This record gives sequence, C-alpha cells and structure tokens, in this order.
Amino acid sequence: MPGRASNLHAIELDLFLEALARRHGYDFRGYARASLRRRAAGLAIKLGCATVAELIPRLLYDDSLLPEVLSGLSVPVTEMFRDPSVFKAIREQLVPVLATYPRINIWQAGCATGEEVYSLAILLEEVGLLHKTQIYATDINDQALAKAEEGIFPAKLIEKYTENYLKAGGTKALVAYFSLGYGFAKIDAAIKQRISFAHHNLVSDGVFCEVNLVVCRNVLIYFDRQLQDRVLGLFDTSLSRGGFLCLGTKENLAFSAAANAFQPVDASLRLYRKRQGVPPP
Amino acid sequence: MTAADPAQGPIHAFAIGCSAGGLNALHAILPELPEGFPAPVVVVAHLGANDGGNMAAALRRDCRLPVVEAEERLPAQAGTVYIAPPDYHLLMEADHTFSLSADAKVLNARPSIDVFMESAAEAWGRSLAAILLTGANADGAAGMAAVKANGGLCIVQDPDGATAPEMPDAAIALGAAHWIAQPDRIAFLMISLCRGRGGGFPE
Repeated sequence: MPGRASNLHAIELDLFLEALARRHGYDFRGYARASLRRRAAGLAIKLGCATVAELIPRLLYDDSLLPEVLSGLSVPVTEMFRDPSVFKAIREQLVPVLATYPRINIWQAGCATGEEVYSLAILLEEVGLLHKTQIYATDINDQALAKAEEGIFPAKLIEKYTENYLKAGGTKALVAYFSLGYGFAKIDAAIKQRISFAHHNLVSDGVFCEVNLVVCRNVLIYFDRQLQDRVLGLFDTSLSRGGFLCLGTKENLAFSAAANAFQPVDASLRLYRKRQGVPPP
Repeated sequence: MTAADPAQGPIHAFAIGCSAGGLNALHAILPELPEGFPAPVVVVAHLGANDGGNMAAALRRDCRLPVVEAEERLPAQAGTVYIAPPDYHLLMEADHTFSLSADAKVLNARPSIDVFMESAAEAWGRSLAAILLTGANADGAAGMAAVKANGGLCIVQDPDGATAPEMPDAAIALGAAHWIAQPDRIAFLMISLCRGRGGGFPE
C-alpha cells in the first residue's frame, strides 16, 4: 500500500484538478497523474505555495493566475527536428503523396512553443510544398502559443538543432531560415506565413477542419487511455481519406479503440495512414 | 514498529537506477534472477539517446527473465525486467502502469532516476525496494529518499568498488540507504526480499 504522504498528494491533486475544471473549465482529470503531480508540485513552488492544496484557494479566487497555471501544467519542452528519422520518413514517404494534392492542410496538435511546427514548415519549404500548404498549430497554453507565434529562439539552440536537421535530410543550413541578432534567431516570415496558431483544447474542443496530416507528438503520453481514445477519435474525424497521422515514437496506437482506423506506414516511427472506408469508432 | 519501518512485509517491485558503469553492475545482478521471479524489475539508466535498444539487447542475452522496454499505459508485470526508454522520463502510476513524459531533464538526465523513483515510491509504498548503483552524478539520491519516506527499502551499491562512487555516495549522504552492498550480493537480497524482510539484512 502507498504511504500516507502519497495518499495526501493524490487527494490534493484531485481537489486541485476539480477546482481547475469546475472554476475555469479546463479539465485535466484525464491526464496521467504521475507526471501531472510533478508539474503541480513545480507550479506550487513557483507560485510560493508550500503544497498543491495551497494553490486551490488562489485558483478559485484569482482569475489572473489561470494562464500561469495552464502554462505550468502543460510545461512545453520541445526541440527542432526531435527524432530526425521521423522527419526523414515524412520527407521520403509522405511528401510524394502530399505533393499530388492541390492543397495540403496540416494540423499540429499541441505545438507548444513552435519548434516542431517550424521544423515541419522548413521541411515542406525544402521540398517545394509549403506554398500550397496551410498548417494549423494548436495548443491549450496561450503563453506557449504566443511564444510560438513570435518564432524567436536563442541562436545557440539553432546551432544545436542543426545536427538534427541534417540527420532529418535537410539540404541547406538550418540557420538560413532565421535572421540573427543579439544572440537570438527569428524565423523567416516566409516560413511563418503558412502557419496559423490557435487555441484548442484536445480535452473539450471538437474538430475544426479537414486535414491531410495530423502531427501530434508526445502529447498522448500525458493522457490516460480514455482521453487518448477521445483524441485519436478527433484525429480520425479530422483526417481526410488516406490522411496521415504522426505520433510520438513511444506512443502506442495498438491498444487504442482507434487502432483499426489506421494502418502503419512505418510502425516503429509511429507514422500511420487512415484506412479508406472504415467508420470511426 | 512504525509504518515507515522497512523491516516488514515482502517486496513486490524493484526499481534500479544507475549511470556510469551501470551496465557491468546490472550484469552482476539481473542474470542471477530466476525465471518466474515474483516481482517486476524496472531499470532506469542514463544512456545516450540511441543506446537504449543496445542495453536491452545486451541484457537480454544473459538474463533468464524477459527484458523489454517499458511502454506507456502498460502494467508492470512480475517476472519481467523493464528498461526505461532513452530520452523520456519513466513514471509509475498508482495503478502500476507505466507513464512516459518528455518534460525537461532533471539534474541533466532524461530518463531521471529521481523522477521514476519518486513516482514508484508513491505507487508502491512499502512494497518497493529501490536499488541505486554506480554513477557519476547525484541523480537518484532524492528518489531513494522518497522511497524511504514512503516506507520502501533502499539498497545502495557499496561506493567502495563502484566504477563511479558519486551516485551511491550522494544517496548515503542523504541518509537514504538501509543497506549497502556489493552488486554480486544484490540479486540474492532481491530474491530474499520477495519472501519477506522480517529478518533484516540476510546473512
């Protein structure tokens, strides 16, 4: 049996999530608890609270706290061209199919601070498809979205990402897509103009457009099975026939209710294609 | 006897953390575990982003227990050795299923031993034994302390003889070691602990 302290932590977290859902309409109760507990504990420290329980009254009575709470609970950590082999596979296996479409719609769900969606846009630019592509990059965290839309990163990081970029099949220099100054790198307007950033909550919002590719990496790992199933159902609904789904490399579609709706393009890289003619679960 | 007294009740799960020199230490322990070992064994090792598969493969050759990479939402089952996948944190949920997270590195490590052990301490409480082996940084010490605080049992590799003593030293300095042992004794301790730990340190 877990110790007393653990039970207390679990109770505090439950009450905190209940307050967040009922007071502000953001429902994290379908998130996997172990990492959420760490994030809530980190948030408590950041806001000067001794316990997660102490966060509750502030959450209830201080509306200005909400953005910081959402930001703290969805701590976005991402890098450009993370898992280069995935981007290489998109370039080699998905691009030839996407190129045949007159217009390409892409949804990146959970874009955090934008590193991944810019990686994708750079890839599409290099293969000559970006001009006919519209990317919808969504996240629950408005602070992260604002940063993503700015497209400004420490210049040092761009150097670090260059290795990933080259492994992913990049044909130029990553830095060529940025203007540099004062130790920062700003993404070119030509890359950014094909991306629309928007607030979207995978827990409670519906499908907003039909897309040819959904990219959602390292988001489902934070959800419990039930919420994973809901979100995969959303993706299934949003994808056109034959549309592609790209998940994180450790995210497992196999046990999901939506598994039958997709066939693997490259199972180890978690690249899938929506089957034709199978109704959503 | 207090609720946090480690000297009671059998162990139902093992968590092992290691870093520099860890593969050799694991080789001294895991192959000694018999088929049908009655608890899951979860290994969190610091590895390069591409080494995970290699370590699992190297251990698989010599172990009688199946050695697999831990997968999100799957339950930790007895008689299986789970390896944390590289570049993700591994966590244990209250229902004893695994979770992964891509959150920031902790003490420069992902997977972080602290992150796993703290969650495992919450999930398994007194039925967890945590083992911290050789390593060249302080990851794992806070995790071991959490295991101890939740009533679990903590075994630390004897820093004397460890490839890198910093990791075991840090746990000992935090007062988070019930027992200190050489790797070639640890498998025997694990087997004994599955039967109960009323007798204290087995001679």
